[in-house]
Amino acid sequence: MMGTLLRGDRGGQVLLTVLAICAVVMPMCNLMLPVEHPWHVSTYQLNLFGKYLCYALLAMSVDLVWGYMGFLSLGHGAFFGLGGYAMGMYLMRQIGDRGVYGNPELPDFMVFLNWESLPWYWWGFDFFPVALIAVFLVPGLLAFIFGWLAFRSRVNGVYLSIISQAMTYALMLAFFRNEFGFGGNNGLTDFKDILGFPISAQGTRVALFVASAVAVIAGYLLCRSIVQSRAGRVVVAIRDAEDRARFLGYRVESYQLLVLVISAMLAGLAGALYVPQVGIINPGEFSPLNSIEIVIWVAIGGRATLYGAVLGALLVSFSKSWFTAVLPDYWIFALGALFVLSTLLLPAGVAGITRRRVTST
Amino acid sequence: MRPPFRVNPHTKNQLHRMRLFTAWLCCAVLLFAGRFAIGSEQNDLIDSLAEELRDRKTVAQAIDTIVSSSSEKKGEWLEFILEGKLYVRKSDNKVVSVVKSDGGFTLSAASNDEALGEAGKRDVSKIKINNKLRAKLRAALAQLALSNPDPEKRLEAVEQMLSKLDDDKAEAISKLSATESDPDVKEMMVLAGSVHALENGSKEEQLSAIASLGVNTRSIVSQRLQVLSESEDADIAAAAAESLEKIQKRISIFEKVETVLFGLSLGSVLAMAAIGLAITFGVMGVINMAHGEMIMLGAYCTWFLQYMIPGFIEYSLIVAIPLAFTVTFLVGMVIEFLVIRHLYGRPLETLLATFGISLLLQQSVRTLVSPQNVPVSNPSWLTGQIHIDPALSIAVNRLVIFFFCIAVFMVLMWLLRRTFFGLKVRAVSQNRQMARAMGAQSSRIDAMTFGLGAGIAGVAGVALSQLTNVGPNMGQAYIVDSFMVVVFGGVGNLWGTLLAGLSLGVANKFLEPWVGAVVAKILVLVFIILFIQRYPRGLFPQRGRAAGN
Repeated sequence: MMGTLLRGDRGGQVLLTVLAICAVVMPMCNLMLPVEHPWHVSTYQLNLFGKYLCYALLAMSVDLVWGYMGFLSLGHGAFFGLGGYAMGMYLMRQIGDRGVYGNPELPDFMVFLNWESLPWYWWGFDFFPVALIAVFLVPGLLAFIFGWLAFRSRVNGVYLSIISQAMTYALMLAFFRNEFGFGGNNGLTDFKDILGFPISAQGTRVALFVASAVAVIAGYLLCRSIVQSRAGRVVVAIRDAEDRARFLGYRVESYQLLVLVISAMLAGLAGALYVPQVGIINPGEFSPLNSIEIVIWVAIGGRATLYGAVLGALLVSFSKSWFTAVLPDYWIFALGALFVLSTLLLPAGVAGITRRRVTST
Repeated sequence: MRPPFRVNPHTKNQLHRMRLFTAWLCCAVLLFAGRFAIGSEQNDLIDSLAEELRDRKTVAQAIDTIVSSSSEKKGEWLEFILEGKLYVRKSDNKVVSVVKSDGGFTLSAASNDEALGEAGKRDVSKIKINNKLRAKLRAALAQLALSNPDPEKRLEAVEQMLSKLDDDKAEAISKLSATESDPDVKEMMVLAGSVHALENGSKEEQLSAIASLGVNTRSIVSQRLQVLSESEDADIAAAAAESLEKIQKRISIFEKVETVLFGLSLGSVLAMAAIGLAITFGVMGVINMAHGEMIMLGAYCTWFLQYMIPGFIEYSLIVAIPLAFTVTFLVGMVIEFLVIRHLYGRPLETLLATFGISLLLQQSVRTLVSPQNVPVSNPSWLTGQIHIDPALSIAVNRLVIFFFCIAVFMVLMWLLRRTFFGLKVRAVSQNRQMARAMGAQSSRIDAMTFGLGAGIAGVAGVALSQLTNVGPNMGQAYIVDSFMVVVFGGVGNLWGTLLAGLSLGVANKFLEPWVGAVVAKILVLVFIILFIQRYPRGLFPQRGRAAGN
């Protein structure tokens, strides 16, 4: 099964192998080796890498719609953020009466804002399965409504991109409001437990890291199976010649909708894995800049390759961490230059370089 | 030459002579020594009246003298007497104003405000007045304010009295209104009379006052009418209630007008920001994500000009407009030359690249100037309000920006419709291949068009610098809004862009009081998203061949 999925996908084979090895070896290096050992991986590093893996999953979801379907989404941060908020709400409920105000019924910020009772959309988030369903359902639903409206009236190209940006922008404004009941400006934070395990404990961190790696591998295989399927081929056809695909009798909007919803769910999952690892979710995740940064990961890595998206996300995130530590003022310059240079000089991304080398030798 | 004389205030004749003298002195000193000497000469009057002021029997007469004198400080003296702050120093019969400090008094000369140090309670005697005199003083003060030579001051005085009218003031006002020359002041005085009649007049007077006040929207009128509408007299109550209802209707209409005007000014900012984008998007099919940063650069040009030439604030905007246009035009041309033309036919990549440029520009401004907002001052001719009605006033800057937007739009229309350059731009935007075949150099046209779009954004930035804070992030907010305006109006249609900008601005301002600014913005965004679903080509879709593809 995996063999057929990855046939002819050298990059994917290499990437998944490396990821699988990392997922096994890095936790072992963290748990089994003593701190002074040169091969020891600190929990902080593991956590950081886990965060990047969430980004990688997010980048993959963008690659699915941009690389394969031709929809440059400037709003995937919204799906990521919604998934994150769904998880954050579960984690908030787990705090129980250990908050600053010690109210067992209400999260701290609601007590602070003098709310009388829990709003209906928080019901059920005490239970992990409900939160897990919401992680997929809420972004999926938003993508479904958005896509149903957009694709049905054949909005495409830059129109679609800007509308997707407007969507995430509107959500950002909404989540900044206190009366929306999601913690306003501060978002959700101060988490204590996940599934009964203390969230900052070493073991939990390792488990979250492994979960992220597994999610990336599974997400990769899922994307790959979509791309290789008949529907995937139709989607590529739509990207290249939408009218022709339509005239051949395909229901263009149904295929687009299907791919967009799956992509949004993957982004939601990425957000859900991200929140417990960073310990906070706030409306900043919805900012248009965040969404457009995801796109640049994919552009740097190389579109329509999937493994390129993962590579791009890891590369750019690592360099962002390096820059913000060493040359904090110049990160924005570097990011801006990345946007310009990658589109001008590297239209196929890093994956394009490796592929060219492979074919030329 | 008159012989020098000592004032003997007990004889009216001499008083008269003294006034003549002061008048004469006035002219003389005005000619030779400036105004300082007059004040002091006339202000000595108060000391000469010290004896009279101390005596209960003559104090009324002395006050009359003060009232009829021409000293510039007489208002102050009368007020002090009324408030019981004016005393006479027993040792030298000097009139002093007094601030009570613990144990004693701190004195200063009434004539020239000279500080005279501390004194005990027994060293001074208070100028005592009775109720009759108080009324007289109030009337005199009112009259004094009402007879100020400056009509603005008179208007102000009547307006102030409106809220605390008493019989004395009303009488003073009604006396003066007969001789008032300024129509605004006269109107206000008549109004004051009516308001007073509402409260204190007989039934007939009240009814006629209600009728004559009509639909005046001053809050004091509404207050008085509110009281009257609960009156026991059925006629008056009915008349007042009816009048009140009309007034409230009128106020609510004015409120709507004000909202529309607010919306129009917001809309003209939106439209100006969007027009530049509409040109580049319409002609080249390219979204310039750095468009907001062009607005920011334009605003920074204004700041830079004011910063370099601080004494030039009044006219800085007039110079800033061509400066901002030139700077952003050149920046736009450079961007086109370095980036956009290499990405021709790949609009999504262009979007990403221009986004990178916007980050670079923002960060450059942060590094070169400051990450904080910079101060941009408003010239005095842009500040202030135009009062159309007590319930309706318009900020000058908002009005100017609206007309400025229209002017920019007109110039642009002329450029595109009436010049050869415009002809070529339109040709390229309608059919690039055909235009090239006819000899239009599309690459040059593209560069110029892109520069033009950027330049207009720069001009919009100058306008915006007068309304909001100028900082490195100011452009970010406008890109989504501008794009929405362009899409809503219909790509390639400048009239559509203008109309869309203005109507979105008005819609935003109408929603704001109901749901708050943020939710209003969200609602407008959602509305546009839904609108585009229904009409993907906007309010005014392009027709004909250009509409294809």
